[in-house]
Amino acid sequence: MSRRLPLAATIVALVACAWPVAAQLPTYGVGRAPTAEEIKAWDLTIPPDGAGLPPGRGTAVDGKPVFVQRCASCHGETGEDEKYFRLVGGRGTLATDKPIKTVGSYWPYATTLWSYIRRTQPFDEPGSLTSDQVYGVTAYLLHLNGIIGESEVLDAASLPKIRMPNRDGFIPDARPDVGKTKR
Amino acid sequence: MNRRRFLKRGVMALGATAVGSAHAPSPASDDPSKVLGGPKRPYGDRSRFERAVRGLPQPPTKTDEWGPSVTPLGASMGIITPSALHFEVHRGGVADIDPKKHRLLIHGMVERPVILTVDEIKRLPSVSRIYFLECAGNTLSEWTAPTAPTVDWTHGMTSCSEWTGVPLSLLLREVGVRKGATWIIAEGADGTGNERSLPLAKAMNDILVAYGQNGEAIRPENGYPLRLIVPGWEGNVSVKWLRRLTATDRPYMTRIESVDHTGLMPDGKARRFMFVMEAKSVITFPSGGQQMAGPGSYEITGLAWSGHGRIRRVEVSTDAGKTWRDATLQQPVLPFAHTRFGLPWRWNGREAIVQSRCTDETGYVQPTLKELVKVRGVNSKFHLNAIQSWKVDADGSVTNVHV
Amino acid sequence: MALGASLAAWSTVMRAQSAPDDPSKVLGQPKRPLGTRSRFETAARKALRGKTDEHGANMTPLGDLVGTITPSELHFTVFRGGVPEIDPRTHRLLIHGRVERPVLLSMDDIKRLPSISRIYFLECSGNGQSEWRGPREPTVQGTHGLTSSSEWTGVPLSLLLREVGLRKGAAWIIAEGADATGNERSIPVTKAMDDILVAYGQNGEALRPENGYPLRLIVPGWEGNVSVKWLRRLTVVDRPYMTRMESVEHALLMPDGTVRGFSVVMEAKSVITFPSGGQRLTGPGFYEITGLAWSGRGQIRRVDVSTDAGATWRRATLQEPALPKAHVRFRLPWRWDGSEAVLQSQCVDETGGVQPTLREIVKLRGVNSVHHLNAIQSWKVAADGTVSNVHVV
Repeated sequence: MSRRLPLAATIVALVACAWPVAAQLPTYGVGRAPTAEEIKAWDLTIPPDGAGLPPGRGTAVDGKPVFVQRCASCHGETGEDEKYFRLVGGRGTLATDKPIKTVGSYWPYATTLWSYIRRTQPFDEPGSLTSDQVYGVTAYLLHLNGIIGESEVLDAASLPKIRMPNRDGFIPDARPDVGKTKR
Repeated sequence: MNRRRFLKRGVMALGATAVGSAHAPSPASDDPSKVLGGPKRPYGDRSRFERAVRGLPQPPTKTDEWGPSVTPLGASMGIITPSALHFEVHRGGVADIDPKKHRLLIHGMVERPVILTVDEIKRLPSVSRIYFLECAGNTLSEWTAPTAPTVDWTHGMTSCSEWTGVPLSLLLREVGVRKGATWIIAEGADGTGNERSLPLAKAMNDILVAYGQNGEAIRPENGYPLRLIVPGWEGNVSVKWLRRLTATDRPYMTRIESVDHTGLMPDGKARRFMFVMEAKSVITFPSGGQQMAGPGSYEITGLAWSGHGRIRRVEVSTDAGKTWRDATLQQPVLPFAHTRFGLPWRWNGREAIVQSRCTDETGYVQPTLKELVKVRGVNSKFHLNAIQSWKVDADGSVTNVHV
Repeated sequence: MALGASLAAWSTVMRAQSAPDDPSKVLGQPKRPLGTRSRFETAARKALRGKTDEHGANMTPLGDLVGTITPSELHFTVFRGGVPEIDPRTHRLLIHGRVERPVLLSMDDIKRLPSISRIYFLECSGNGQSEWRGPREPTVQGTHGLTSSSEWTGVPLSLLLREVGLRKGAAWIIAEGADATGNERSIPVTKAMDDILVAYGQNGEALRPENGYPLRLIVPGWEGNVSVKWLRRLTVVDRPYMTRMESVEHALLMPDGTVRGFSVVMEAKSVITFPSGGQRLTGPGFYEITGLAWSGRGQIRRVDVSTDAGATWRRATLQEPALPKAHVRFRLPWRWDGSEAVLQSQCVDETGGVQPTLREIVKLRGVNSVHHLNAIQSWKVAADGTVSNVHVV
């Protein structure tokens, strides 16, 4: 007659088989614990409070040559030219007929910019910039958008403190806002 | 790396001839019953007479590794989208992943962080579900004027497949999500990562960590070997090439969610975290660019879907919305899946404007474009789910119109 | 970048041996108009030993598939004169015989008509015929691979027959294909007026050539042969025409030498696809036993699974919705303790029909009836994890 082992007995049985139970999915016995290095290699997303920002620093002056060499072919030298993927300008246009969304006019968090550049840029060599280069390029873009000065130092402490112009420009989803049935 | 090729401008004719011109196949026999046919093949292919393909943007988007390719809905039937034609959107090209090397890391506010191989994930209890995916940007060309000429381009960023995978809730229970965790950050293994923050409640509800698409492995463009499937929510959150899930106590405000997938309102404020794809329908025949073969009997057909569950009803009008008739829904009607509808129509040869309007199980009725624009203006870009109109001219040609 | 360059980029990748170590550091592939599967996926159909490549069966690799939809490239096929190449623009369907209005229809005509879509299985009645006398085929592809399940789209045959008007005495329809063999089959009018489809769609696009492009019958729940491929003619008559397929090939030879004809319904059947023959478990631990069940009589009501050669049984979970006359996926969690085990599944359909053991069938029909073998299948899991096809007493 078939017996259903209670879960606790099952786990005991698994332990008796000398698996590192603590490291695996306990019910199913698959998987292993990640090493600290593995987590560090992938744990790259930076939240608004800056948790996880690595050591390093950069200013707009540091960032400009990196931007020109690694970024300008897709973004243009000034970041403002519509021919390219635009990054600069457009402030005050959001409530007009032709809103222009750029880092300066639209992005709510500077940490998002840093995180995105570090993880995904340049487009054809994603993740290839050093931390210092990312701080520098981020500083350069913020500078081009008139948010920080040319020599202002960006690092793990100062970056999260930057208050982007459009920080308060967002509201929660308000749908359904049409389409209520009349029947 | 020469980056010039990414910035090529100019019109390049896409043309199926680029594929077909390699050789001119011999014509099919006049009477195949007099001819011995072809041999067995281990892996099949469609007939060479079938030419429907995904649409690639023309002129090309700024680069070929960024942007959408759309499902040819105008040629669609039933509710299953052929996997070779499933729409996709990417921003750093399609990742080339060896399934033996791929790993899924689950960590953050959990008791037992874990790394899993694809084989290990496939051993776990699984479910299969038929679900639609839709890009939040589907139909975004149509806010101010009828722009795209065909239904492939007005509505082709949606497809429907049978997905197989492990419930995310099972994985999260196994790793033991810690008290205080309220979000899961999902990330992919491609060049962009496409990190998205998802509420824990949805993760514990019906999100799948999927590896199967229509009975076999997920296709490379659609996230091979592993992806999220988040039923009913904007396609972007169904992260492809999934490599990491992090339990946190706050959304991480990634680029995609804090900048891109936001809806700018007329007053300059932008809506954020607009997850659900609201009820939407469209007629796929007759639709823009198609040609009617003269007056007579036809079947008006199309698709309806809702991120709130089941479609309850689809109505069709052939007089620009003055009168409506109920269409037949293909059974069974599945929640969070495409529903095929059909209505017999006797076309008298005069100009007609056809529309479809769906109602979902919550009672929500698909709105008109005017109703949407009144509330949201024309710059919110995403979530355009308005009634679509197609004009049938007396000569049988069909065009995209706004009424 | 022209289409050609996009395809060239993909073709280079598809030939490459290895993928990048870290795909997040590399720009990926461009968009392409028609997708393919990853080159790391290699599941393929397998032909049964046949005298020629244009004759015989090509089996679905059931052990490699998940869910309930069969990928169209891997749908099983059986043909006896090769796959015809048909131009849909010149293909015609003739409906004549005992009808008021004989008609010749083009594909465009047919596609204008009211249509329906349904998920149905197809199964060759010869599926599993190698297994009557003993376990022969080593894998589930070999034992059960002549069955697949797709979403079919087409016109109800009943609609066409009402349109042409059946005359007095109309009792059978002879269906014929356009290929070298014709594959003529006689079908009762009652089934024709019930749920037969004249189908042109398979999983959202045109039928595949091996599966009948551009037009075929789909006769839900009946032996696959009756779902005539490359359909070109329907003749309404008053009696079955006793074609080769139905009077010779698809007839069951009983032990006493008599022949049972027109046994067309595919009865309740199930099989475990994992773990199954030729696969290997990587050691004791948790696994999900899974497989497919189906019945030509309608819905599967339940599936039970045994891991001790039928001594005890547990109820498996059915994937919802469990559609009538379609493949139903069943699943059961299993903790393998590392000792030899014999796995079986048994299904019951909505009519109460229970999947029999091989012994029960052989007792009734002997071992020479060839077709309609729907017995319980056993897979033995050895202590080293290898799985093999076995028959149990």
